[in-house]
Formats: sequence, structure tokens, C-alpha cells
Amino acid sequence: MKLKSALLGAVCVFAFAPAAFAERGADGELKLTFPQAVSIMTPYLSGGTKDIYAASMVLEPLAGLDPQGVLVPKLAAEIPTLENGGISADLTTITWKLQPGLLWSDGTPVTADDAVFTAAYCMDPAGGCAQATKYEGVASVEAVDATTIKVTFTGPKPNPYTAFVGALAPILQKAQFANCLGAAAPTCTDANNMPIGTGPFMVTGFTVNDTVSLTANPNYRDPAKPAFATAVIKGGGDAEGSARAVMETGEFDYAWNTQIPPDSQTAMTAAGKGQFVVAFGTLVERVEMNTTNPSPDLPEGERSTAKHPHPILSDIKVRTALSKAIDRSILVEVGYGAGGKPTCNVIPGPDAWASDNTGCLTQDMPGAMALLDEAGWKDSDGDGIRDKDGKKLSILYQTTVNPIRQDFQALIKDWWTELGVEVELKAIDPGVFFGGDPGSPDTFQKFYADVEMYANNSDNPDPETYLGQYQCKNAPTPENGWQGENINRFCDPAYDALHAELTKTTDIAARQEIAKKLNDMVTKDSMTVIPLVHRGTLSAHSLTLGGVAINAWDSELWNVADWFRVK
Amino acid sequence: MLTFTLRRLLVAIPTLLFISLVIFLLVDLAPGSPLSDIPLTVPPDVRQRMIEALGADQPVFVRYVLWLRQFFWVEPAYLLDGWFGTNLANGEQRILSWQARSPVFTIIGERIPQTLIVIGTAYLVGVLIALPIGIYSAYRQYSAFDQFGTLFAMIGFSVPTFFSGTLFIIIFAVWLGWFPTKYDTQLEVTDWASFVEQLRQMALPVMTLGLANAAVISRYMRSSMLDNMTQDYVRTARAKGMTERTVVLKHVLRNSMIPVVTVIALGIPSIFGGAIITENLFGVNGIGAALIGAIHASDLPMVQTLAFIFAVLIVTFNLIADILYGLLDPRIRYD
Repeated sequence: MKLKSALLGAVCVFAFAPAAFAERGADGELKLTFPQAVSIMTPYLSGGTKDIYAASMVLEPLAGLDPQGVLVPKLAAEIPTLENGGISADLTTITWKLQPGLLWSDGTPVTADDAVFTAAYCMDPAGGCAQATKYEGVASVEAVDATTIKVTFTGPKPNPYTAFVGALAPILQKAQFANCLGAAAPTCTDANNMPIGTGPFMVTGFTVNDTVSLTANPNYRDPAKPAFATAVIKGGGDAEGSARAVMETGEFDYAWNTQIPPDSQTAMTAAGKGQFVVAFGTLVERVEMNTTNPSPDLPEGERSTAKHPHPILSDIKVRTALSKAIDRSILVEVGYGAGGKPTCNVIPGPDAWASDNTGCLTQDMPGAMALLDEAGWKDSDGDGIRDKDGKKLSILYQTTVNPIRQDFQALIKDWWTELGVEVELKAIDPGVFFGGDPGSPDTFQKFYADVEMYANNSDNPDPETYLGQYQCKNAPTPENGWQGENINRFCDPAYDALHAELTKTTDIAARQEIAKKLNDMVTKDSMTVIPLVHRGTLSAHSLTLGGVAINAWDSELWNVADWFRVK
Repeated sequence: MLTFTLRRLLVAIPTLLFISLVIFLLVDLAPGSPLSDIPLTVPPDVRQRMIEALGADQPVFVRYVLWLRQFFWVEPAYLLDGWFGTNLANGEQRILSWQARSPVFTIIGERIPQTLIVIGTAYLVGVLIALPIGIYSAYRQYSAFDQFGTLFAMIGFSVPTFFSGTLFIIIFAVWLGWFPTKYDTQLEVTDWASFVEQLRQMALPVMTLGLANAAVISRYMRSSMLDNMTQDYVRTARAKGMTERTVVLKHVLRNSMIPVVTVIALGIPSIFGGAIITENLFGVNGIGAALIGAIHASDLPMVQTLAFIFAVLIVTFNLIADILYGLLDPRIRYD
């Protein structure tokens, strides 16, 4: 937290100093490098962060989020609220007003029709829009006049800032995408790769999975920005190479996603050419407990279903003991360095939404052992492994193939073995683990293991949707083709009721209280989820690049218009 | 010879069709989903619609037949349209990459130049270094030079490119600052300065790959030379009073080149195939990087098309090597 505040402070000093004498295009070329190359320049057909960030330099939403998670207007003149009448009293409509005189980079005016079109584009079921959730619950979008957009929801929507908000839901130009509705969406290669936007830059060249060339948008609304005349995003390689190109050789100004081991972070910073910046969003590396029995002895179709409760992990004492045995600060030190911090929450931020749950931060081996003794798991045959009623305390612990995760597995296995728990480790290719193929036994949804580890996050500072995943109805089962986010098969009617209340509550403080309670219900109260590390995104920028304000709630390049060359 | 060539070409057709089917099934049966890179925050129903929009939910044989048609009819039609301004393709659906939603052949077209330039140069450099080393090592067997050549070949053989490449980056880019670590694919050579820039950015990847190539070829050259050095005709040539130069470079070298030329020819398809590790390391972003990227993203149309093109190249260059063999060695006749 201190680091973040210090960085933000430094950024603010830089950001305001040169504003008085800035001039568009005065600072030459801005060079960015992404370890994963950009495949497409529209977030609507890609879910990959690389594409979304690159597109955010060109395409803009009505409003974005700043590093504190607070809404800031982009194309909108102001943020609609209940107070200023932008949101109707019954919470079913939100009315946005465009800034006057906005132009697309091709010189044509931006109108409310473009927004109406964008919503229709993403809401067309045949288009395979990746950001469809942003437009969920939207009944209609209409252009009241040329600069007024009215979004009507199917019911009261306490958080109406989804459609047209953030880097995931920018406005497309109707004229360019008019023929790309529905099934034609993927075939519009030129529009998808070189969209016309309102952002500080426009695309001049695009080679798939390699390089995006951009130049300052002559029609950008602030005549003094951007300070750079051109920009280039070079993709490919790995995190280490990207970090090196900024921190050691100085070939690039900014590298996104430079998640490298802590010792390399220190060594590269010592070269004195750049610095790492980290943004903490809601990404949490966690161990998830299976509440159902994954035993291969059960017939297919009954494995890992609510029919058979887990023989070992159904006991909260065992789950708590497993959590107590973990030293989270060692995990952070080994795996993430400045890019992570220990946490006990599924919702670790923004601060106002995070529970004050810190009970898990100190490792408590004796406490964990006492809990297992209490639960009746004792080492009766002296082989170092606890047992009860002739059954060994043995668990299968799976995750994806990833060097940090394998380090974590090894460390956690050591601690659990010390407790007297037999641990078998398994690492699965991430493409299979997250692939969701119902035919594969190794998906994280099927969860044919006792515990599994991965990271998940909320894509909105308001965690309503994210917390909704632990409702009973979202459990993956053979009947629903193993789809659903509640992979623990956690099922607590009290949780579902409280979540239903959250969807109806409008007062922001009350929402935060409920969110904290829901967070506690899945973590410290039931130990269904054992959070380990609150992960930030680590990026690197050259010391000659000013104005960077890394942002976890929107695109990292959200304020690229304000970036400048430090002279 | 002509009959042989024609027969081989005809046999190649069913072979390639069979290869394409095997590749398609292998790639299709491999685990993974084109949506595995999509964040977990995207709900299952949205994922399902994205899969449908890609056409990835169609049965495997429907997709295979569609791919065959696109590869052998639609894509050549677009190519001819591009050359002659005709309209054979009639706006039909091309092979689209699932990851980028762009035509696969456009992506390949964008990537071929840097692969050919960088990997091709590395191959050429490798051959040019390997031949003299191989020849002289064999001529002065067990000399200090031969020992050095063997050491060089051992290093080239045994050090993987991800290691030697990183080592070169640290020495030449980080410490000495001579060369850039990331290849700029957009650089256009228009004048002397940009040509020098192109040479600088090619230096590290060419060095890395050239070392590996040279090691392999120099060993072939050396052993082939050694085989011939002890032959009777060499003794005869010497007995006739020919100079050492003529004996080694005319008589021995010519005969020794026969197997080496085959090895070099068979290595050419790998130039088109790119170098997965080296391309990734230096951001060359050629065909190799495209292949590994597509495999990671389970981009089946891209993987399938690339793998099939490699198959075509390998079959072709095998044929070329066989024909060259016949031309170089009059004793070999296929008829």
C-alpha cells in the first residue's frame, strides 16, 4: 500500500508539471512491448487482456475508472448519478450525455447512434461478443438526441455502470462496423484490426500477433495531447525479455505484464534504467476446497457431485487446519516479490469493499495439528500420516503448469506433510485446465481432485457478479455440461439469500457491508476458499517515460494521452 | 528420371491428403479450447456463443471437409484473383484464424519475409562456416584445428538455443549494448542507415541459429571427407603427381559433397518452418512464433494450415534431394 501511494504521488508530480507547455506530437515515439502479442484491436471479439489494453489506446468508452476505482468521464460530459438526475429514481435507466464536438479520428462526428449501434453489435447473439456481460440486463439503448444516450434496463440496476464503461465496453463507429453485425462480426478483418476510434492514437499498421503501429489522433479532443507523435506495440517473447528490454537495454518505454521472479526484479531494477510498477486489483491466488467426493471409485456422473459429500474435507476443522498450516508471506516472497501480498479475502479490494479479515496471515502449525486431533484424525499406525476409521488423510492437490504454482505446490505440500497429511500433486496444462471441455477429466470445473489452486478476479470494482458465482445454482454438474463458476459446489441458502439482497440494495455503504459478509462466508466462516496471495499486475516503465499511473480497474494504458518524455 | 519424378509427384497426392487428415484429427483431439485465454470472468453462456461464432462446435468431419475446400479451392482462387484481378473466389469464406479472426494466409504472408530473411541467413551463414571447418578438419585430422572444430561442433550441438540466445543477449545487448534484443519487423531497408540497422537486429538471432546449424553440417562434411580421403582414387590422383589443392578440392570435395548436399536440401524446409524458440526469444515473430502462439491458443485452423504447409515442403524437398542426388552422382539412376 505504501509503495502504491508513493508511486501515485510521484506520478501526480510528474503528470501536472509539464501540462502547461505540452504540445501534441512533441515527444517522438512511444515504444511499448507486450510479452503476448496483440491479435485483434477490438475487445468485443477478444477476451485477452493484451488486445483489450492495446485497443484502449484507440477505442474509448463513455467513462473509465481511475487507479482508485472511481469513475471518470471519457466521452461522457459527466458521470450520471441519482443526484444529477442521470439515473432514474427507480434505477431502471441511465442517461449519458456526450461531450460536445467529439470527432472520430476520420473527422466525422461522434453521435449517440454510435453507442446504440455498439450495444446492438455486442448484444447480437450470433456475433459471439466476448463482453456480452457488460450489456447484460439491458432492455434497450436509444438515442434521445444526437448527444444523449438512454440505457433502459430490464429491472432496477443498482450498478448501472456496465454498458459503455471501462476498456471492455468502448464505443465503436457505426459507419465502420455497420456490415459487421452478428455472424459477420469475425469476418470484418480490416475493421477489427484497424478500428476508427476517438482515443489519443489511431492505428496505422497492424500485423497479427506482432506489431501495432499507431500515430497521434489529429482529432483528439484535447489539442495538446498526446505528447507522443507515434506509438508502437511490439509483441512476443516472454515476461523476462520484455522486462529486460525496458529495464536493462532501454529499447522500450513500457512493458506490460512483466511478472518475473523476485530476484530478477531486484537485479533488473539495479540497472537503473527503469522501474517496476504494480497495480493491485482483485486477482487472488487461492486454494479451492472440493465439498464433494471426487473419488474415481464412484461411477462417472456421480464423481464430484452434490450426491456424495467429501469424505475428508466436509469437516470444517480439516479445512481450517489446512489453511492454518500455510505461511502466506513466504509464498509471496518466493513467488511474487513486490507483485503480491498475503491475503485472507476473495475480495481484497478496493479497500472500501474488502473485509478486515486477517486471521490467516500468521502460520499456526500447533493450532492446525490440534484441530486435526480434535477432528479425530490421528496417526495410529505411526507411518507419519494421520488416519481415521482405517482411512488415510490423503489429498490430491491440482493446479496448472506454471513455475510459480509448482513452487507453491511444493511449499504447501511440505507444510501439509508436516501436519501429517499425505499430499499428491498434479499439474495440468492451462489450456486444458481452463479450457472447459466437458469431455476432459482435468478441467477446473470438473474438479476431480480434493483441492485445486488458481487465480480469479472480479472485472468490476463492484463484486456483485463475482460473488454471485458461489450461489448453489452455479455449481458445475454433469446435467449442465460441467459449466458454472461455483466449482466448490458450495451451497448455503443463507449465502444465496444475502446475495439476492445485494442485487436489490442500492446504498453503496450497505452494498459494501453485504459484500464483506459474503466474502467472509466463503472464506473465514466456511473455509471453502483459502485465499493465498493478492496478486498485482507488474509492469515496467523506463525512467524517461512520465505520466504513467498504473490502474487495476481499467486498462493500464487508460491515461496514455497524458504520458510524456521526461527530459 | 522424368518418369521417376512424375511417379513421385503422383504418389505425393494421396500421401499429403492422408497427412492432412492425420494432422487435423491429431490437432482436433488434442486437449485444449480456443477460449482458454479468455478470463474466468466471462460466463459459460457467453463462451458457448463465442464457440458457435467461431464454428468450433461443428463436427470434426464437417470442419475437415470445409478446410480441404478452403485450402485447395478458395485460397488458390484468392491468390489468382490477387495476381490477375479475376473474381474466382466470389467472396467465399477464407480460412480464418480463431485467435485473430484474420485470414490465415494473410498472417503467413506477413510472417514469411522475416522468417526467410533471418532463418535463411542463419542457415546460409551456418553452411558457409561449416563447409571450410569440415573440409579442413578432415584434411588435418586430429590436428589442433580439428580438435577446435570438434569442440565448436559439440558446443553447437549440445547448447540449446534458449540458453545460447539468452547468453548472447546478456553479453552483446545488456553488457556491450551493440545489438537490440527485439527484432523490429516494421523496419524497411531504404538507405545505408536502415540497412545497418537491419544487420544489427539480425545479428543476435543469426548468431544463435547459425552456431547450431554450422555444428551439424560441419560434422557431416568432416565425416564425408574422411570417408573419401582413404579411397583408392585419391591415392591414384596423388600418385599422378597432382597438387594437394587439386586432390582435396577437386576430387575429394566433389565426391564428399553428395551426402552433404542431401543433408542441406533436407534442412531447407526447416527454414520455412521457422525457429520456434529463437523467434520467440528475439521477437522475430515469424512462422515459428506463429505456430507456437497458435498452439498455445488452440487456434486449430492456424495450426492445421501451418502443419500441412510444412508437410508439403518436406515432401517437396525430399523429392528435390532425391533428384539432386541423381544429378550429382551419375551412378545413381532411378529408371
